[in-house]
Amino acid sequence: MRITAGGHPEPLVVDTSDLAFCDGAGASLLLALRQQQESAGGSFSLRGLREETRQLLDLIEPSEGEVEEPPAARESFITGLGRDTLQLLADMRQLVAFVGEVTVQLWNAIRHPRQLRFKDVVVIAERAGIGAVPIIVLVGLLLGLILAFQSAIPMERFGAQIFVADLLGLSLLRELGPLMAAVLLTARSGSAFAAEIGTMKVNEEIDALTTMGLEPVRFLVVPRIIAAVTVVPVLAMLMNLAGLIGGAVVFLSLDFPLVTYVNRVVAAVSLADFLGGMFKALIFGIIVAAVGCLRGLQTKTGAGAVGESTTSSVVSGIVLIAVIDGIFGVIFYMLRI
Amino acid sequence: MEANQVIIRVEGLEARYGGNMVFDNVSFQVERGEVFVILGGSGSGKSTMLKHMIGLYTPFAGRIWIQDDDITASEGAERRAILRKIGVMYQMGALFGSMTLLENVRLPLEEFTNLPPDAMDWIAASKLRLVQLEGFEQYMPAEISGGMKKRAAIARAMALDPQILFLDEPSAGLDPITSAELDSTILKLRETLGVTFVVVTHELPSIYTIADRVIMLDKRTKGIVASGPPEELRDHCEDDWVRRFFLRETAESEVISP
Repeated sequence: MRITAGGHPEPLVVDTSDLAFCDGAGASLLLALRQQQESAGGSFSLRGLREETRQLLDLIEPSEGEVEEPPAARESFITGLGRDTLQLLADMRQLVAFVGEVTVQLWNAIRHPRQLRFKDVVVIAERAGIGAVPIIVLVGLLLGLILAFQSAIPMERFGAQIFVADLLGLSLLRELGPLMAAVLLTARSGSAFAAEIGTMKVNEEIDALTTMGLEPVRFLVVPRIIAAVTVVPVLAMLMNLAGLIGGAVVFLSLDFPLVTYVNRVVAAVSLADFLGGMFKALIFGIIVAAVGCLRGLQTKTGAGAVGESTTSSVVSGIVLIAVIDGIFGVIFYMLRI
Repeated sequence: MEANQVIIRVEGLEARYGGNMVFDNVSFQVERGEVFVILGGSGSGKSTMLKHMIGLYTPFAGRIWIQDDDITASEGAERRAILRKIGVMYQMGALFGSMTLLENVRLPLEEFTNLPPDAMDWIAASKLRLVQLEGFEQYMPAEISGGMKKRAAIARAMALDPQILFLDEPSAGLDPITSAELDSTILKLRETLGVTFVVVTHELPSIYTIADRVIMLDKRTKGIVASGPPEELRDHCEDDWVRRFFLRETAESEVISP
């Protein structure tokens, strides 16, 4: 059987007396045939229809008369603009409230350390810190190798290969160590914080905490921030060390003795460079943990929402780190550190 | 214990979700020691009502008194004091996945009491026995069934011996036997400890078993359409929709003939 375009104005009779069973697709076909016939001005009838099939046809027949239309999904540009503006303002208010609450709760944790859940801090620090060691060492080594090798080639033309050590020491300790450690921590742990807390939000565990009188910020955010602040400087130091070792490999392959390399690095880098880098790492740690937790707490309902918060925690984490690193660059320059 | 003592009073409550009104000017009272059920069709605002009563949502208008304290106007320490009087069981249990059942039940004790650790363990274990979960103390929430999760959630909600327990859809997703077991747990807790229950559900067999009184929310009127004992509403309610709800009938009250 085939529905031909245009239909036939002659009467169409379908004999279904031999039809033992008709499924949903078959019923749709019968209805489609009737509609075609009727719109072409022809008549349509079914002969020998079984009771079950008739009931099925009744069920799937489009209802007559006006179907209630759902409210218009499209809105005017002005409405959309207003809604987005309100949303943006609400987001900003939420952000300010979050920063305020985190500050208050951190201060409380410092004043009453007994209220802090130390067990949670240790577990989180272990996962975010010790767990990150292999990747930090690997990336650090490769970073040192590449930096040293790429700068050694142009510097050789000026006979300045020895200054590769200065370049490595300064760039790693001041910038790249803390920056890369923070970016890796965002990817490894900031996302994990967002996913953990987001899943808790979806499972109503955050609500459960709230109705138990336990503030989610004190209970979930503060331990994570403290753990991150503890591990990021250590990871940054590890990154520096791995990078310097990577550089040393290149240096040795250029037939310089190791002692020359060490002496150059020590001479080029001051304590202020090192401490400045560590201070940045500390701030990055707060940012990574806070952004991960905030995105987790902002998770809406549904399984897709957790994925969204995880992605947005990594994106906003890295953007914020880059922006703050830039601000630090300017401040350090003005302070001549 | 005094009979007919009002323990929760809701006055002129109005809730909105975004710009849409969910319900308006809803008032009712819950008496001490009763099992009070909030009923309603999908989208009628049952869960919204519950979340207002436990202080998760701030009402657009109206007040909710838990004993003599207004939860809608409370903050900080005052709010914590009110929250200590209530326990909440969430739909899927909302147990903390990284802790064992015992640690889950212990948590409120750790945060709100200064008991020695072994006393806390002992209390937490006894709360788990109260909901027939003896022997499961060291299990993780992921290792137990849905019905057990809900019972463990009741044990956690009972940790500080609250006077009121709020249950969000206790029978949702449970087989009839497990659901009936949960009902008998609820009744036992009410009898032995005098706990007041506020339950959101639409499981009819469970309502007839546990409910002393029900209120019915309806999205057409954006408020309460009926209240009273469930049998009375089924047999004598004037509202056609309410009777159909209790008799489980379709709109035309026609049964498709075979």
